[in-house]
Amino acid sequence: MKLQFDSVAELIAMGGHGIYVWAVYGVAAGLMIWMVCRPLRRRAHILAAVRAARRREGAR
Amino acid sequence: MARSGALWQRLHRWASPPGFYRLSTRWLPWLGAASLALLVLGAIWGLLYAPPDARQGHSYRIIYLHVPSAFLALAGYYVMAVAGAIHLIWRVKLADMVMSAAAPLGAALTFLALFSGALWGKPTWGTYWVWDARITSMLVLLFLYLGVMALRQAYSSRETAGRACAVLALVGTVNIPIIYKSVDWWYSLHQPATIRLTAAPSMHPDMFKPLLVMILAFYVFYAWVLVLNTRAEILSRERRAAWVGELAEERVS
Repeated sequence: MKLQFDSVAELIAMGGHGIYVWAVYGVAAGLMIWMVCRPLRRRAHILAAVRAARRREGAR
Repeated sequence: MARSGALWQRLHRWASPPGFYRLSTRWLPWLGAASLALLVLGAIWGLLYAPPDARQGHSYRIIYLHVPSAFLALAGYYVMAVAGAIHLIWRVKLADMVMSAAAPLGAALTFLALFSGALWGKPTWGTYWVWDARITSMLVLLFLYLGVMALRQAYSSRETAGRACAVLALVGTVNIPIIYKSVDWWYSLHQPATIRLTAAPSMHPDMFKPLLVMILAFYVFYAWVLVLNTRAEILSRERRAAWVGELAEERVS
């Protein structure tokens, strides 16, 4: 097994197909981060709302 | 009898939303660490170390995202349809929550399969898009996922929405064998399956091994995000339950 590129510039160029390859890897990374972060944000949101509601009820 | 009774009880606790929430807390770090490790390994192997293709050069490296995302787009549809069936038949609430978590994940993965296919098609076939059987049936899959998501918003009753989504998901399974068989039934630009259970892969082992790593990585990643999304859905639906209140207080300290 050997490294297929001699320089970072070659890696980015991907033999002239860099734009296609890197666009796909970039979009995939974005989508996968979204798939992980969306439920985590939603969870934090719900728990904060539940906490606030309990505070309001407790104050009354 | 006593043993099967205990098993039944355990299954019942497991399928209850708070039971699943508590149990799955322990799985999350393992699933997260395993999917990140496998994704990084597979991507570096595929991008840097796999040899270039004799005809396509480096553009074929898109395969390491294209094939796994297409695999999971289909597997995710099974998850959604089976969860829908379980909800319809046994009225298991957790199954409906899994179903509603699976729809946006499936839509994202189907989009990724189509997008990566389009950007691979340009340098390879000379076009981003053709109305060919494989590609069109994948587009139908995307619309089925989006349809299930939209249908859920269309009902004010959660129970009715869940049943309607389950029926749509089950009817949509007709599309799945069409996707699989499309490259054999119709003349297609899309190449036939690279990986078959009954024959050796039509790919050099040095290219094939990182692909296997990426497919495994996507399966583990899917399990991780499905659990994460199901947990968020559980909290959203049970936000008025006492156990969610306790959980919210725990998070403060």
